[in-house]
Amino acid sequence: MGMTFAQKILAAKAGLDSIDVGQIVEIEPDVSLSHDNTAAIAKTFAKIGVSNVKDPDMFVIVLDHTVPASEEKYAQNHKEIREFVQMQGIRRFYDVGVGICHQVLPEKGFALPGTLILGSDSHTTTYGAFGAFAAGVGRSEMAVLYATSRIWLKTPASFKIIVRGKLSDPVSAKDLILNIIGSIGADGALYKSVEYTGEAIDDMSIGSRMVLCNMAIEMGAKNGYCAPDKKTFEFLVNRAEGEYTSVYPDDDAVYERVLEFDASALSPQIARPHTVDNVCSVKAVAGTPIHQALLGTCTNGRLEDLRIAAKILKGRTVANGVRLLVLPASQEILLEALKEGVIDTLVRAGGLLLNPGCGPCLGAHQGVLAPGEACISTANRNFKGRMGSRDAETYLGSPATVAASAITGVITDPREFF
Amino acid sequence: MNKGRVWKYGDDVNTDVIFPGKYTYQPMEPAEMAEHSLEDLDPGFAKAVQPGDIIVAGKNFGCGSSREQAATCLKASGVAAIIAPSFSRLFFRNAINSGLPVIELAQGTDDMQKGDLVGVDFAAGKVEHNGNIYSFPPLPPEVLAILEDGGLIPHVKKVLSK
Ligand code: SF4
Repeated sequence: MGMTFAQKILAAKAGLDSIDVGQIVEIEPDVSLSHDNTAAIAKTFAKIGVSNVKDPDMFVIVLDHTVPASEEKYAQNHKEIREFVQMQGIRRFYDVGVGICHQVLPEKGFALPGTLILGSDSHTTTYGAFGAFAAGVGRSEMAVLYATSRIWLKTPASFKIIVRGKLSDPVSAKDLILNIIGSIGADGALYKSVEYTGEAIDDMSIGSRMVLCNMAIEMGAKNGYCAPDKKTFEFLVNRAEGEYTSVYPDDDAVYERVLEFDASALSPQIARPHTVDNVCSVKAVAGTPIHQALLGTCTNGRLEDLRIAAKILKGRTVANGVRLLVLPASQEILLEALKEGVIDTLVRAGGLLLNPGCGPCLGAHQGVLAPGEACISTANRNFKGRMGSRDAETYLGSPATVAASAITGVITDPREFF
Repeated sequence: MNKGRVWKYGDDVNTDVIFPGKYTYQPMEPAEMAEHSLEDLDPGFAKAVQPGDIIVAGKNFGCGSSREQAATCLKASGVAAIIAPSFSRLFFRNAINSGLPVIELAQGTDDMQKGDLVGVDFAAGKVEHNGNIYSFPPLPPEVLAILEDGGLIPHVKKVLSK
């Protein structure tokens, strides 16, 4: 019987010929990621009683969550991380300003096809866009990885999501994934490995595939996966840190569910407060006033996202009373966007450029919401209180929807500007 | 059978309402984390919760972030177990790793109400409420061993010292 992607890669990592769904294996990840939570992990690591990180080259550490430090306690946290990294000889360390971990890790060539990546961040699923098996773990688990390099994983059952047809501008991968999550629910793929396939996925840029895998966790999935292809390999030229071998599911693999979606029939979608699966068409909530618009984050802070927003905002201005925050996902993206004039367009339109990082996404600094305010954001979560006040509301949409809404000051279907 | 008082919540209780994101990168000891537990869902919880209390919730408990404090804060609050039809994968792992029993119970949670007494026998895989006994599938031995040692860190310490 054929194996799914998850079965194949976990079997290979565990040195087995085949593996059953539900089987528990002990494996060694190729790469492990942590961010501003590294200081807390280091403290837990100290409690284990092992003094040295077993394999410092397994770890990539990126400072991105509250950067640069907005308060003394964050500064102290960053300082402890720098000291830990130095002391343990962890070379793959990216300090404040390089970007959000989920963008930096691929840019620096660590998200490779056929590799196993664990991160102490739920959106670690993003690297499935490159054909990696990538899943989130907890802080204690990361501390144990420091000490032993090993962890147990349970082999998940798999879903296959087939997306037929073509997306038509300005409808994007974000609208597609919101539609998928809306239809199967926030727990629709709980513990599952989700494989995206079909014409629309083949047509997608790497950036767009990252959106799908980034948000796989929002339907409860353990990981997301897109089959590596020419686009993947091209992205990795001059980046890949080491050799890699792509892993593909067998044609006769067994899936717990196969779901089909039609990209060509899709309209712009939005997730209403306060859950990601509270999805409807943008048209259905058009006219809702907003106070803040966030363009960026690890979900939609890539060049293609900034470009489409700039296309809509060119020669126009952000509505009075609306704050448009522009948050490129990395320094590399910021530099490219500067070179192309995309940043110039966004700032001229009234956008406020923030430094690469997580910014207001987690409600810690740089643009938190006051009670009674509404925000439209390209991020991946709209939970109560996430972006500041528990009495604020966050809507999630595509970069095009955020740009169009920033112009009018109310939630707006971006097709009006196309 | 150990009995505990029920705190009842709905479906999809996410990590942001269990332990707000704004605290996640501040160094904090578990006792202080406990003061913020469920802050954005039930502001009265942290003050009123008693050791041995049980949280009963709807499906997909703990969805959202990987933040382990969502489990640590509840453990430090004295919560003895969480019972729900399903848990997010990350929360489930974090709870086990923090030594906090999580019980996937297919039936019975709808009837359990705030303030009810619920009995839990973890080893036998049984939950008791109003005279009804519900069974849940036992955890695999690898996972049970972590819980029995009081969490992942004490478990790994024990393994490494052998
Ligand atoms: S941008 Fe937001 S979702 Fe992404 S890693 Fe940062 S805080 Fe998490």
